[in-house]
Amino acid sequence: MKRLIRLRVNGEPVETAVPPNRTLLEMLRDDLGLTGAKEGCGEGDCGACTVLLDGLPVSSCLVLALQAEGREVVTVEGLAREGQLDPLQQAFVEEGGVQCGFCTPGMLLAATSLLAANPDPSEQEIREAIAGNLCRCTGYQKIVESIRRAARRGP
Amino acid sequence: MKDFAYAVPATLARAAALWREAPDASRFLAGGTDLLGMMKDFVIQPARVISLAAIPELRGIREEDGALVIGAMTPLGDVIASPLVRARCPALVQAAAGIKSPQLRNMATLGGDLLQRPRCWYFRRGFGLLGMKDGKSLVLDGEDRFHAILGNAGPAKFASPSSIAPALVAAGAELLVWNGEGTRRMAALDLYRTPEREEESEFSLAGGEILVAVRLPAARPASATCEVRQRKSLDWPVAAASACLDLENGRVAGARLVLGQVAPVPWLVDVTSLLAGKPLDEEGAKAAAEAALKDATPLAGNGYKVQVAEVAARRALLAAAGKAG
Repeated sequence: MKRLIRLRVNGEPVETAVPPNRTLLEMLRDDLGLTGAKEGCGEGDCGACTVLLDGLPVSSCLVLALQAEGREVVTVEGLAREGQLDPLQQAFVEEGGVQCGFCTPGMLLAATSLLAANPDPSEQEIREAIAGNLCRCTGYQKIVESIRRAARRGP
Repeated sequence: MKDFAYAVPATLARAAALWREAPDASRFLAGGTDLLGMMKDFVIQPARVISLAAIPELRGIREEDGALVIGAMTPLGDVIASPLVRARCPALVQAAAGIKSPQLRNMATLGGDLLQRPRCWYFRRGFGLLGMKDGKSLVLDGEDRFHAILGNAGPAKFASPSSIAPALVAAGAELLVWNGEGTRRMAALDLYRTPEREEESEFSLAGGEILVAVRLPAARPASATCEVRQRKSLDWPVAAASACLDLENGRVAGARLVLGQVAPVPWLVDVTSLLAGKPLDEEGAKAAAEAALKDATPLAGNGYKVQVAEVAARRALLAAAGKAG
């Protein structure tokens, strides 16, 4: 039986009816049309489905939509402001941190959470922060450099 | 994932009452990182999921009568970030930090880690905890490279998957368990048992009992956890070890070593007699690690784990003494 839940998604209040077996990822993609978060492995290994839940990165494929009730969700669609990429997104563009793009939304959100807690992270800290995000294109170096560039530039 | 009824009780009593309405069809939900994966694979298909997220006494890290008490629903990320836990039990922080994905650490809970189900690929594909088909062990006939090398004489060949349990057992932690009427205490090691038959559990909790909190009676600053993984990043450990030393004037007075991922239960070895009265050095750590593994009975394809577990044990002992391994 569907249940009505309220939460905030990218700063906006959302009210939606979900069956208990719907994951947060399915709700975002299929019910709300926010297809930035991707389904990769579906079991918490790859990080492609990463979103922020109350500011912290989680694998939305392993979270029930009902577990997000009353909470704050940020997806990659929530990063740009008034048509302007946020500094992390801009840095990924400039450094070539994006190749196929499948892992990028998850990388951006893991990095957003890192920089919010630690505005000037070391390379090691960046690598630890994206340890839950797999990329099969870049070898990670360009992604790490993108995050460093965004950190140098500030919010 | 099959559909199910969902409840979010606000008290332990209500959660237990909900469970009693449909004992065989109910599952408690902590963070969900293990349970939801199994539900997606149709290994477990509960008709009712009872979330423990709204029960206040399951949350938080606090000092109580000199002991450190950590609620079972505390996310592992909070355990790692806690200065209190870091000061009192570095082995616990290091064990949690071994789960390399921040995404998992932010949802996965302390209690959920202790009660996660084995990673045995036969279990995860629906062949049961013992991995049997047509009366024969799929493990013995098939791929056993990550299975148990100790305590595996019976039908259970899986390896205890908890990252946290070895640290808690080494530190002499207790578990507080709600049994429907009140809270009982048990030693952390007593949570685990080796099933002899398929219908038995690998946990000693009775049906409907809820893990409330972990209690560390004494500070354990001379403690450490070391894992050996195939990848430095997110991966399951091949073997892990937690060590906890009692040091008096730099000399060992007591030493508890617990191996993880090598037996159906966390594998406790008291290595005090080997190490007592001396400062812990490389030679002693090596001897203790070898002693801990000397009775290993590896399966056809996992003899390598004996050596890996020895390395983890030696490094954990040295790290607990503040020395690099």
